[in-house]
Amino acid sequence: MSEQAAEPATEVGDRTTAGGESNATDSPPPLRVTNLEKHFGGIAAVDGVSFDVHEGTLTGLIGPNGAGKSTAFDCITGVYAPDAGTVEFNGEDITGLEPFEICNRGLVRTFQIARELEKMTVLENLMLAPAGQRGEALWRSVTPIARRGVAAEERDLRERVWETLEFFEIDHLAEEYAGTLSGGQRKLLEMSRALMTDPDVVLLDEPLAGVNPSLEKKLLERIHDLREEGYTFLLVEHDMDVIMNHCERVIVMHQGTNLAAGTPEEITSNERVIDAYLGGEV
Amino acid sequence: MSSPPGTDADSTGDGDGGSRSDSDADAASRSLLPETRWQRDVVLILATLLGIYALFALIGLALDFDTNGILNVLRELTLFAAVYAMLVLALNLHWGYTGLFNIGVAGFMAVGVYTMAILTASPDATAPGFGLPLWVGIVGGMAMAALVGLVAALPALRLRADYLAIVTLGLSEIIRLTFQSMQFSNALEDALGVATNGGSGMNFPGTRNVVQYAFYRGGDRTSEPTVLGDALFGLGESFDVLPLVVLGWGYNVVLAIGVVAFYVLLVRIANSPFGRVLKAIREDELVAASLGKNTDLFKIKVFMLGCALMGLAGILWQGQAGYTSPHEFRPELTFYVFIALIIGGAGSNTGSVLGGLVFGTLLFQGPLYVPRLVAEGLSVAGVELGPPPNTFYDAALALGSLDPLPMLAYATAGTNVSYLRFVLLGVVLILVVQRRPEGLLGHRIETAAAVDLSNRSRTTATDGGSSNSSSGSTATNADPGSMPTNADPGSTPTDDRRDSTATTDERDPGSTDGDPDE
Amino acid sequence: MSTIDTLGRGNAFVRGRPLLSVVFLVGFALLVDLVHGMYTGRIPLENVTRLFWNGLLVGLILGLAGIGLSMTYSILNFANFSHGDLITVGAFSGWSVTYLLAGAGATEFGARVLIDANLNVTVLSDPFAVVVGLVLASALTILIALVVDRLVYRPMRDSSGISLLIASIGVALVLRHLVAFVYRAHTRGVTGGERVDILPVFEGAGNVSVNTATLMVVAVTLMIGVHLLVQRTKLGTAMRAMADNQDLALITGIPTERVVTWTWILGAGLTGAAGFLIVLERGTLDFNIGWGLLLLIFAAVILGGIGSIYGAIGGGLIIGLTQSLSTIWIPSDFATPAAFSLMILVLLFRPSGLFGGVSTA
Repeated sequence: MSEQAAEPATEVGDRTTAGGESNATDSPPPLRVTNLEKHFGGIAAVDGVSFDVHEGTLTGLIGPNGAGKSTAFDCITGVYAPDAGTVEFNGEDITGLEPFEICNRGLVRTFQIARELEKMTVLENLMLAPAGQRGEALWRSVTPIARRGVAAEERDLRERVWETLEFFEIDHLAEEYAGTLSGGQRKLLEMSRALMTDPDVVLLDEPLAGVNPSLEKKLLERIHDLREEGYTFLLVEHDMDVIMNHCERVIVMHQGTNLAAGTPEEITSNERVIDAYLGGEV
Repeated sequence: MSSPPGTDADSTGDGDGGSRSDSDADAASRSLLPETRWQRDVVLILATLLGIYALFALIGLALDFDTNGILNVLRELTLFAAVYAMLVLALNLHWGYTGLFNIGVAGFMAVGVYTMAILTASPDATAPGFGLPLWVGIVGGMAMAALVGLVAALPALRLRADYLAIVTLGLSEIIRLTFQSMQFSNALEDALGVATNGGSGMNFPGTRNVVQYAFYRGGDRTSEPTVLGDALFGLGESFDVLPLVVLGWGYNVVLAIGVVAFYVLLVRIANSPFGRVLKAIREDELVAASLGKNTDLFKIKVFMLGCALMGLAGILWQGQAGYTSPHEFRPELTFYVFIALIIGGAGSNTGSVLGGLVFGTLLFQGPLYVPRLVAEGLSVAGVELGPPPNTFYDAALALGSLDPLPMLAYATAGTNVSYLRFVLLGVVLILVVQRRPEGLLGHRIETAAAVDLSNRSRTTATDGGSSNSSSGSTATNADPGSMPTNADPGSTPTDDRRDSTATTDERDPGSTDGDPDE
Repeated sequence: MSTIDTLGRGNAFVRGRPLLSVVFLVGFALLVDLVHGMYTGRIPLENVTRLFWNGLLVGLILGLAGIGLSMTYSILNFANFSHGDLITVGAFSGWSVTYLLAGAGATEFGARVLIDANLNVTVLSDPFAVVVGLVLASALTILIALVVDRLVYRPMRDSSGISLLIASIGVALVLRHLVAFVYRAHTRGVTGGERVDILPVFEGAGNVSVNTATLMVVAVTLMIGVHLLVQRTKLGTAMRAMADNQDLALITGIPTERVVTWTWILGAGLTGAAGFLIVLERGTLDFNIGWGLLLLIFAAVILGGIGSIYGAIGGGLIIGLTQSLSTIWIPSDFATPAAFSLMILVLLFRPSGLFGGVSTA
């Protein structure tokens, strides 16, 4: 895994051939959440949620405010240790691992409120992300000969970074401090940065919130492009139109647990979902 | 997709006029090759140092110092400038880069110095040591400082910044009080046969011995000079410079080597993926962790390295006199280093060196020359300053009767000027934090990478260095492939660069080189 | 402050609990040893009572000054490193006034205002001068604190806690060395050398002088006063609200600037009084008096939980007693390091303070 990561430039190509649209049904789903619970004081923010995210899909995670979506994300990605339940990633139990361990296994997330590294340029933000960079070892970064190898790797990464920036059409911002970007640009930056880690599964926490319509369209197109590349997405979103028009599967959370899962059509006709959204207490 | 050009998020950015002109300036500085910029920084540092030398040489001339006197003034300045430059660089690694608010610098220095002193002091001295060679002392001192740093870092790294500050300050005071304790020294003597002599301090063969060995046979100032010593003493003599002054400047060479080594090390760290992770931790640790970085490990490494460097800086500082005492390691010392770092600009290594130079000379040593300058100036003007009044009250009384001279005499008398110096330092610190928190150089973009990121060298024949060089990238990257990035090329181009991006549809140039994993 | 710790990352380290219990266990063992030692006569009773009394006095001072530090920490959101020097300001300004009044006519004005006349004031000899000095110590410290707030902190209200902390280091340097510049650096004897005994505590355990008894009475009175103020007045409610959540307080219409001003008035007033009072206990005064206490006050505040006035008082007593009583077991040179170590342990394992971090002010 880490050996592969050390050759980042080849990763995308790998994925295209290996991942694709294959539907190996007997292999475990990339992400499986079982009976996840997280309490804060006496309040159960996540109260026994379970769901699978299937390979190569764009799965929507919806629910009213306070349904526990972001907390679930935090538990899955190791920001919080869940109080109960398990998170399995590609068949491996990753419950309670540190965020960096989870990311290095290929599960990356973005944040609801974009957390760009303000006093770093966009380029630096992206260069940071790839896993297992040789130059992250202190001794290599300071010893003369090892530094050559580091520089060579940096040059390779630089290419990939520029291409990713171009892919997301923020290359003209490359040398700006991330802190000077607009809200929408920050969302693009976060997503491109997350992709630089070479993930299998990307968790996007409201990537479209506060994004203007033309940019939203662009972002969704990018997500579709990437999904066809073999990436798997789990997307928290409030906009029902987006969910219904773009996701293959939808998971509905309500009061900390999963209410329903299925295709958009199934969800829209689900009585409990309608109750929760229209009649239920929000 | 068919959104009109330029209406995408790019142009809706918050970039206002102000930031634009900033970025223009940055672009100008970026357009230089890194080497050039690096050289420019070195020139800047040297020019600052020379300017300071010139200023103090003039002060020396004004005060009728002879050559040896002036050289001695400059030698002392160099000591402070160099020591502060090294300390600021080390602190910059902690705070400027990683955001670790360590205000226990003095304590880590004390650990380094005392370890070195105990290891190298003669077993026959008043405060006996192990009598080991100098290099063992230096390595041991750094290692022990790093070790104490590790002990401090392991639990403390999860603390919020202000708690970390209090913990490190508390630790540094514990360390100082320990070395101050005669009871500790006695216990040490009982257990290991070595001592620190409590508050009276201890002598040890400092790093100055390096110079003595280089200049005298056997390292003894009473014996014959070496070839090098002979030549340099002779050279000095032809300018009426005393051998002792030459020897002192010899130690400046050691200090200069120290500063250069610190600087090169820190710049390398800064321009590396390692340094990039440090910056990310400073900006937002959770983001760094969520991007797969084991932030704790990075923080521990940085803490240990920084502490070792603080220990080394302390060793080189106290090694100049070959004597150390716990009084040298008061928390104020840490604050001075912070003031110097803030003046220079946290996060910039060149700024750190400049901050150390300016602080150590102009702010720290400079005010001490003011009394003599004032007296000299007044006597030139034919005014007699007279003996200073005994108390502030007397001086204030005279001031009340419109005679400023007694107050001036009081202010420039004895230790009073050093109190005013500390007032000045405090005011400077407050003003810098209020008005220019980024410091002298902190505002500029110092990209953390081992190569120039804006320069896509692989795809350009000439390493142009400007960001526009990416326009050359289209030609070489034509591999069939992975993801179509711009489904609608027509939507974007607004300038040369965008032209190039529109046709650069491939994300995977690496596959043209063949895939080693397959 | 970094957001990372606000997101509880319990999975990372098993936090503190086992080690905290070890700390309590050690404390308990020492207590048992103390009782046993006193019972068997191994530890002389008079030593214990003397140390206890000294620790209590220092603890009250730390608690009194700690209230101010705790208030500014929670309401202005920064660790004020110049707080110790407010103690110095209070001590010097207050005793200047006391000396002016006490020695009127006896010695020259200049020596009295600079506290250089050897008057050996006691509470009995010059009660009026001491009372006025105490009041003006508070008043002048408040004045200085408000001026500093206006010049330094107010323009930085939106800055991070760390920027304010750094600025406060600058303030500390300025205040302390201005005092040194005016009063010079020597340590001066201030209060009477001879002790005026009023009540014997234990047989052979020394006596309580009227000066230290005054310290105790005034300190406890001031503490009760603060308690009433915080619990019974609208201002106190507003302060508690701001300590809890500044943004919310802003929304709910609490005039924050006015609360900030009152925070300084209360905090600096108590701190100035503490500065004046500690001279009653020590008998001497020099310009480093407050700086030397700063870290101990931090220790007290942290122990009690930042933001809690009762915590600050309790923490002050614990630190004072720890520092004093620890010398039963460890060399006296390590009394202060022991107090600092306790502070570090609390910060590491129970950053909300020993009393659970209930914000009360």
